[in-house]
Amino acid sequence: MSRRIFVPRDTSAVACGADAVADRIRSEAARRGVDVTVVRNGSRGLCWLEPLVEIETDEGRIGYGPIGVVDVEGLFDAGFPGDVRHPRALGLVENMAWLKRQLRHCFSRNGITDPLDLADYAANGGWAGFAQARSMASEAIVQTVIESGLRGRGGAAFPCGIKWKTVLDQVAEQKYIVCNADEGDSGTFSDRMLIEGDPYRLIEGMLIAGRAVGATKGYVYLRSEYPLACRVFAEALDTAREAGWLGSDIRGGGRDFDIELRIGAGAYICGEETSLLESLEGRRGQVRFKPPLPAIKGLFGKPTVINNVITLASVPDILANGAAWYRDLGVGRSRGTLPIQLGGNIRRGGLIELAFGVTLRELLDEFGGGSASGRPIRAVQVGGPLGAYLPESQFDTPLDYEAFAAIDAMLGHGGIVVFDDSVDMAEQARFAMEFCAVESCGKCTPCRIGSTRGVEVIDRMRAGTDAEADEVLLRSLCDTMLHGSLCALGGLTPLPVLSALKHFPEDFAVRR
Amino acid sequence: MKPHVARPDPSSPGSGLDAVARASVEAVIASFESRQDVLLPILHGIQDALGFVPPASLPLVASALNLSRAEVHGVVSFYHHFRSEAPGRHVLRLCRAEACQAMGARAIEAHVRRRLGIGYNETSADGRITLEPVYCLGNCACAPSAMLDEQVHGRLSLEAVDRLLDGCGEVA
Repeated sequence: MSRRIFVPRDTSAVACGADAVADRIRSEAARRGVDVTVVRNGSRGLCWLEPLVEIETDEGRIGYGPIGVVDVEGLFDAGFPGDVRHPRALGLVENMAWLKRQLRHCFSRNGITDPLDLADYAANGGWAGFAQARSMASEAIVQTVIESGLRGRGGAAFPCGIKWKTVLDQVAEQKYIVCNADEGDSGTFSDRMLIEGDPYRLIEGMLIAGRAVGATKGYVYLRSEYPLACRVFAEALDTAREAGWLGSDIRGGGRDFDIELRIGAGAYICGEETSLLESLEGRRGQVRFKPPLPAIKGLFGKPTVINNVITLASVPDILANGAAWYRDLGVGRSRGTLPIQLGGNIRRGGLIELAFGVTLRELLDEFGGGSASGRPIRAVQVGGPLGAYLPESQFDTPLDYEAFAAIDAMLGHGGIVVFDDSVDMAEQARFAMEFCAVESCGKCTPCRIGSTRGVEVIDRMRAGTDAEADEVLLRSLCDTMLHGSLCALGGLTPLPVLSALKHFPEDFAVRR
Repeated sequence: MKPHVARPDPSSPGSGLDAVARASVEAVIASFESRQDVLLPILHGIQDALGFVPPASLPLVASALNLSRAEVHGVVSFYHHFRSEAPGRHVLRLCRAEACQAMGARAIEAHVRRRLGIGYNETSADGRITLEPVYCLGNCACAPSAMLDEQVHGRLSLEAVDRLLDGCGEVA
């Protein structure tokens, strides 16, 4: 019998050589006359072990990682594809503490199934949420999502069910489901990993959303910086359509729904929902004034649900297991699980899905194992380039939207970027302003002009002609951006700047 | 190095393009319906075919979608992904975002710029490599990262980047 060997087809694994490893395993097996089938799975999220090669045995899947092309011959020499002694052997992957401690719902199939195999999807719990939704009235689906407490995972954390209800309540001949997969925040990669590793889950979530609000057309706006995710999702759409999961009269249920994949073009601002809609309509990605809300007047002026990838991908399990099951996880008003992304200067980085409430320190120490460089961790930035920098004294903050807001920080899309003590926090503050200047859509003055002035003021502070006056000016500028910007880009750029200034003032001292 | 900037004839859209490029642009346009919302897909199609979006192609796109040239130009210039000049044989995109900064991206950036003798959005004198910035490739747990053409590379060191650049030396 052919032995199955798993080598991820995931951007992080491929970036570390997984394609070449897969090829080498095939050629080495052929040369030795060993019967193997190489499956290109998604990633388990153990990024520091990528490429993580797994072989299927009667006891379970045994992992080896990280495996480079140069390691393949040695693995076969040692008896691969049996359970072989090897310095990179990890034992049964599902027994690894790093995975065992997690609560994998949204990422339950990632790394386990063949992402594009519909039979594999169905055999591992796929379509259970859709089957449930199909037997329910629209109002009941929306009510379930409201009761689950699911909040938007893109960063704004708006209650998902309320948004759906607003769209459901509109009378219109056409409504839309738009999936925001423009995952531009540095330090975040859960959208990418889900699309590459379990794309039908997103399709299922969108099908349910379509049924819930009465929409027949969906768009996925995926960023051009993710070419592999674009390829995988395009393949998934074709396969799903061919099998009758998309198109007209879906699986004989009498309802229509189709999804179109649209590729972004390198504009961070298009992750802002109204910019994204402008971009989908073929224009510059400039922010719209709100109101009207997209739920009332969205894409092409029609009622539109616009949700992040993880929000939509969380929905199938909520329908399958019920609202109470989801609501019982988490803390405070942050219910359910959050796929956390641990990156930057960290020894064991990757994707960690847990119920809300875990502290930063647990993530950094127990999962992360300290910095990659071995030096002390000095700061972490949570929530992308618009998130605050937190010092060690705040590492006991639990991951909870309200707990982060209480310390002038934000959880955002759940990305954590770690810096060791070699970081220059004034430089990071300057970069936040620089990034805002590069990516500003230009519509409002505080963001467009303020960001450029922000870079100049920080430069002057460090040059030191009148550092005190410049600090007053920087704070005043941040105040203007915070209160006067049209959207979160200009409105939140002050967060990393002011937090760096507050917690690491010594870095803003004059350079000699 | 700028074959597509021949003076266009305003009465004849696309006249600044050579015949091959013009045929590519027209084929891309023909594959879409005439609606404004397909503007980005069309621009992607043109850049995928030619490596950039020649300014001389904009009148063709504008006329097909019933837009003004200014509107199309406004869209092309808004999005960082679209280039208005032909790139080198390879495009190297260095991630400048925070997770990569935390793992030494600034040193890699300085090294590459020094070695190639160019800044961002410039092409090396021998026409081999165009250097572009990118803000996150979603490989933040295996930083620092870069994308050479369509391939992402992670855990980069100065030596690894040098090997990537060396590999661009052989013309395929």
